[in-house]
Amino acid sequence: MAVSRRLFIRNGVATVTFGLAAPSFLSAIAQAQGLRNRNLVVVYLGGGNDALNTLVSYQDAAYYSRRPSIAVPAGQVLQVGTDAAGHALGLHPRLGGLRNIFNEGRLALVQRTGYPNSSRSHFEATDIYGTANPQSSTGSGWLGRYLDTLPRPLDALAAWNTTGETPRALLSGQSGVPAIPNASTYTFASPNRGSAALEERAAAQAMAANPANGRPHLAFVNSTSRGAIETLDRVALATSYTPTVAYPNNGFALALRTVAGAIVRGIGSRVFWVQTGGFDTHAGQGGAGGAYGDLMGSLGDGLAAFYGDVRNQGLGGDTTVIVFSEFGRRISENGSAGTDHGAAGVMMVLGGAVRGGLHGTAASLAPGNPTLENNSGDVRYETDFRSVYARLLDQWLGVNSVPILNGDFRAGAPAIF
Amino acid sequence: MAQLNPEIDHLLRRAGFGVSAEDADTFRDMSPAAAVAYLVDYEGRPDDVDARIGRPDHVLVATKDLFAPDIDINDARQRWLFRMIHTRRPLQEKMALFWHNHFATAYSKLAVDSGERQGAKMLAHKAGVLRGPQGQIELFRQYALGNFRDLLVQVAQDPAMLVWLDGKSNTKAKPQENFGREIIELFTIGVGNYVESDVYAAARVFTGWNLRGSDDYRQDEYGDLNAYQEFVYNAEQHETSDKTFSFPIYSNGSRTIASRSESAGLQDGMDLITALAIHPETARRLARKFWNFFVSEIHPPDPAFIDSTAAVYLQNRTEIRPVVRHILTSPWFTDPSMHYARYSWPIEFVVRGIREVGWQGFSLDRARSPLAAMGQQLFEPPNVGGWPLGANWFSTGTMLARTNFAATLAASQKEFLGASLTSESQSPQALLAEMLARVTPAPLDSAPQQALMSYLAAAGAWTGSGEQLNTRAAGLARLLVGSAEYQFV
Repeated sequence: MAVSRRLFIRNGVATVTFGLAAPSFLSAIAQAQGLRNRNLVVVYLGGGNDALNTLVSYQDAAYYSRRPSIAVPAGQVLQVGTDAAGHALGLHPRLGGLRNIFNEGRLALVQRTGYPNSSRSHFEATDIYGTANPQSSTGSGWLGRYLDTLPRPLDALAAWNTTGETPRALLSGQSGVPAIPNASTYTFASPNRGSAALEERAAAQAMAANPANGRPHLAFVNSTSRGAIETLDRVALATSYTPTVAYPNNGFALALRTVAGAIVRGIGSRVFWVQTGGFDTHAGQGGAGGAYGDLMGSLGDGLAAFYGDVRNQGLGGDTTVIVFSEFGRRISENGSAGTDHGAAGVMMVLGGAVRGGLHGTAASLAPGNPTLENNSGDVRYETDFRSVYARLLDQWLGVNSVPILNGDFRAGAPAIF
Repeated sequence: MAQLNPEIDHLLRRAGFGVSAEDADTFRDMSPAAAVAYLVDYEGRPDDVDARIGRPDHVLVATKDLFAPDIDINDARQRWLFRMIHTRRPLQEKMALFWHNHFATAYSKLAVDSGERQGAKMLAHKAGVLRGPQGQIELFRQYALGNFRDLLVQVAQDPAMLVWLDGKSNTKAKPQENFGREIIELFTIGVGNYVESDVYAAARVFTGWNLRGSDDYRQDEYGDLNAYQEFVYNAEQHETSDKTFSFPIYSNGSRTIASRSESAGLQDGMDLITALAIHPETARRLARKFWNFFVSEIHPPDPAFIDSTAAVYLQNRTEIRPVVRHILTSPWFTDPSMHYARYSWPIEFVVRGIREVGWQGFSLDRARSPLAAMGQQLFEPPNVGGWPLGANWFSTGTMLARTNFAATLAASQKEFLGASLTSESQSPQALLAEMLARVTPAPLDSAPQQALMSYLAAAGAWTGSGEQLNTRAAGLARLLVGSAEYQFV
């Protein structure tokens, strides 16, 4: 059965012949998916990732003079070539897995992503990346608005948030997204056994079916209860997945492993949200090693495991991962051997269909250079982050990005597909 | 769906953690005004709750070896839950929870910085148990209804905060912005009321507000438990130039903290904190947070409430007690349409569930993983902004965690519930009525009531005794605590 489901998902509705034999959710997915199935995994690095130490401009003398205790030594970076402006670049030494993907041509590094007047507030900046609107950090999110374009009724598992709280990016007017941080506890428990337990589940389902007219907040909580009960069995399918590679034993990698399970088992989710924190490195961040090295290690190892696993399953070409953070960090290190909140960052896009390579140009870090701002304190953005979203929406998810982003950001978008 | 009367129940859900059987005796004959006074003027009640840990008629704590809530974070979590369940001062614990969210500080960073035991100590040490300053949560308890300006000073000098927002490395050569930013953006006036240069100036104001370790302090797991870190003003690390803000610092309207000598520079921070505390936007911001905490999350704040609450705050020189008294006796709070108009925090949900369903033989350690799955671990807010509140608590995963906790709790109380209900078990209707007098969801529409009756009817011929009662009473507790209606306070 698992194989049939996967084929069904991969080949799309056009080849489905078993019609009524398919569980009802599959036909709903088929409707929603149209003729193709493409997965998008969004990885958020919480806290403001220090882009200058992720992708190092290792021949820039100012990089070393301004970061005397946290610079990654030139001899240790994993070289990835030279960008269009002639800056020699290297990945952080703990990103070996990503460098392999880069060498396969399947990792795009989009330098200096951001927007004008970058916010230095974690919350506002995260919300801006969520709404895709630098003028407003409240309201619905870009992925939520994407989900709103899918045919109704929307499958309750169309998107899967692996964190406990719903990020702004997934907020929408019409499409609820389940949060399933730990799929193995996503089960229905009862104080009783046997028929009494089954009767309890039926009663819980009946209580949650109450439309609660006139009490929209109660109706909302009831809808989450219903969503939970309706999705239990499919989530169990994802958790029973045995990966083809060993994932590191940390929360980030385990979330990616669950995402791989959902994709391979074909339970119907297309958009996944994964996040990992600790990037607010104000103090003692380290250079090639230390705290930041560990962050890079878990990021790179987790992504590489996921990429390899999905590829082994023959689904690499159906899966794109985008990695972003709410801002980059200041160019000069601070007095605590860390870095404070900055401006432009680096976005990464990887997957079997991605056109890899270096996109955009690095800033020249010497004070006074026009690629800097705020008295040379920050990297000035070059690529609007919304143009990356636009490319993903238009060319990967196959929808019109303009209404979702409330504007046309196709111009200047990096050619990541 | 009421234990005492709707007004008192509402008050105790908001200014406390619901009504336990003990409370019912205390509050049964009290007027709402007397109940507010009882809660707000809590110094009249003994603070004896910690001494009752381990008593057999109380909820249990479980630990690997010795229960050490001053230096072990999981034990500290259990101690706090125990306090919420059994305190005679519920509003004090409720406000401590409010401040914990407002000044959200996470254990994980402290543990990495200073070791697990010192990290727990910085958050939860009860003064006098070991050497060294009291933990941050004890500060919030001490200032629960105290003076907000004074609380800000204490927080700015709190060792946990100095680690959490990196104040310990704020020096004149390299001013550290983290605390300077958050005291403005999150602790007081809020986004939209300051400019970026204010953050840089605030960072310089707090240069030299650092930490020092006691002589025996070592940054590892095997140091003396009596070792500690404490606030120190490092005069030679204070940056002495003028600091100018976009808002007034002094009552004469001056926006500049004039240059002081290094030795006098501590006063810079005091001046800034006072200015932030009495800033009208701080008053309004706290009023909005109190609206959401005490009055409603589903009605937007009434501007008249914000105005009057902010005025009480400013007229009382940032004292919180008159503010909370004002709120709890205000027409907004007592308006019946505000009953159940707030989403329950996971901590509130767990504590109220235990208080209402029962705790016999139940260990608080069993709430640990469920609370994490619900999205709220004490001493581990997701970031300095605190927990995303309101509807943000709810998703399919967190809702399942809540209902599954209801199942765990109900299973643990099965025999006790059954035994306590024998006289109410004459009919399914009588059983449901009694359960609804103990476990208090928001009013149930007829459809969910029908679902509950069908659940009881599925038991077959009603005998009302033995296994049937145990099973169905526990099932009802599970369904009621796990209902959407119960997720509101």
